[in-house]
Amino acid sequence: MKITKEISIGDVAARSEELRGENMTLNMGPSHPATHGVLRLSLELDGDKVVKCDPVIGYLHRGDEKIAENMTYNQFVPYTDRLDYLAPLANNVAYAIAVEKLAGLKLPARCEAIRVLTCEMARISSHLLGIGVYAMDTGAWTVFMYTFNEREKLYTLFEELTGARFTTSYTRIGGVTRDIPDGWLAKVSSFCDGVERTIDEVDKLLTRNGIFLERTEGIATISKEMALAYGLTGPNLRASGVPFDLRKDKPYSGYEQYDFDVPVGAKGDCFDRYLVRMEELRQSVRIIRQVVKTMPGGAWYAEDAKKIFLPPKAKVMTKMEELIQNFMLVTEGPQIPAGEVYFEAENPKGALGFYVVSNGGGVPYRLRIRGPSFVSLSILPAIVPGNFLTDVASILGSLDFVMGECDR
Amino acid sequence: MDAAALTSRFPATQDLAGKDMPTFRVAAGDLLAAVRFLRDEHGFDLLADLCGLELQGRPVRFGVVLHLLSTTHKEYVRLHVDAVGDRVPSVSSLHPGANWHEREAYDMFGIVFEGHPDPRRILMWDSYPYHPLRKDFPLAGIEVPFPAADVAEVTGQKVEPAPMMGGPFVSHGGKLSEGEPSALDQSWTEEKPKA
Repeated sequence: MKITKEISIGDVAARSEELRGENMTLNMGPSHPATHGVLRLSLELDGDKVVKCDPVIGYLHRGDEKIAENMTYNQFVPYTDRLDYLAPLANNVAYAIAVEKLAGLKLPARCEAIRVLTCEMARISSHLLGIGVYAMDTGAWTVFMYTFNEREKLYTLFEELTGARFTTSYTRIGGVTRDIPDGWLAKVSSFCDGVERTIDEVDKLLTRNGIFLERTEGIATISKEMALAYGLTGPNLRASGVPFDLRKDKPYSGYEQYDFDVPVGAKGDCFDRYLVRMEELRQSVRIIRQVVKTMPGGAWYAEDAKKIFLPPKAKVMTKMEELIQNFMLVTEGPQIPAGEVYFEAENPKGALGFYVVSNGGGVPYRLRIRGPSFVSLSILPAIVPGNFLTDVASILGSLDFVMGECDR
Repeated sequence: MDAAALTSRFPATQDLAGKDMPTFRVAAGDLLAAVRFLRDEHGFDLLADLCGLELQGRPVRFGVVLHLLSTTHKEYVRLHVDAVGDRVPSVSSLHPGANWHEREAYDMFGIVFEGHPDPRRILMWDSYPYHPLRKDFPLAGIEVPFPAADVAEVTGQKVEPAPMMGGPFVSHGGKLSEGEPSALDQSWTEEKPKA
């Protein structure tokens, strides 16, 4: 026997209100593969939907700013490696330029070109990882293997240049630790050929991939106004349609000599942030090719800055004046005049800013680090609510943050 | 930006003649109006940075430094604000991005931001009793109770100062060549363990 019962739509609506359960609080992290480090998101869920997102940070806080106040300028360079540890070379350069601006130091063309070269290589390294893990978060494992292959080659190049694969500590105030080794630029050129092929492959794997599109298109759209209000910088800002790039608009280290385009997004959703990074990879390769072609000769550190940069080792062992200079620099630190400076460099994750206050001498009075990842994460409470829990991984991946820089 | 624009609008503002960018000292009472004026009439649409600072040679102990950026005119401006009784008005109503920066300045210096929507610590845990970036806070840290009380009850764990043996090598103030940078606590070494 069949039992039927007529119910009106009004009844159903009334009952669905009745059936609404309590919201659930879910802790995502601090140890979760999609949070890329030790980030904890305290999420309030209504079924599958996020209604509130409260990021809890600080698990990786090491007190870098406090440490900086207690050591000489050059001693702090290794600590900058550990900010955005996916692009340590770019951090080294940003820090060195900030202090050099305070000292009013002019660098030789070769040194500036080397720094641009390393910054762009760092950008490729960071974006390759960013896109690789982003694809992994959205379910496309293969891409990671392609991008990591290229990163491995980059690490080999970094090792030849700086002596370390990961923690490069390459810059010093007033220069770099060593000149480019023989034949290295040719290797960089051949790396460029390889990485261009990989970018095309990643493009084929992801850009028209239906699953990837569904996971990213229209998700967590950040409007132009919102991006500016939250102070987003770098690819995240440009994906929202603001054509601001410090390399173009506030050129440093001779960026104005090189031709490159600044990709800008149209909508500001997760997919746009991916597209902007893909194009930035190509533009970085373009810059690297130009630098390799036009690498100037001459000095690779500020030779006349005797109170800032260490003299060549060969002279220290044989000449009295250089020996004294070396001793004073190592014990007292580079002599930076009193004053304050704020400098932002266009790093892979956004604008990495250093605010240095000096009373003169070898130790900063205050060193503030403005980490772009810190700022990128501060927008989460505004963009995550309203999305499904599964989208959180794709939003986090699209913002491309790194906790070392966020927590400092 | 024309320096006179800000100083004529807010007479209490002092032009500090910054070397790298226009720099002003704004009275705490004028801060909100000045930031709104710069945002709406001079295009400083992005708050690049906001940080706390322990002042030198000023009657008050703490100050806040804001760096504003104009993405249209491609220039920066720096605003110094002296805290009044450790209090500074919050600019997070004008620049929502200031929210976390202000939480950090509170966490690190104990500067209270009036009108802040969410005045919690951010990098240190909520029950942490100190403000570590103050100059009188030791580099190694101070022993404090473990943040999770239930864990501490079972394990008796505490958050201990960092062992300074082997570094970081710190300066002891004054000229470095008179007292070389060295580990703070040298009473114990690898051969002679801590009592």
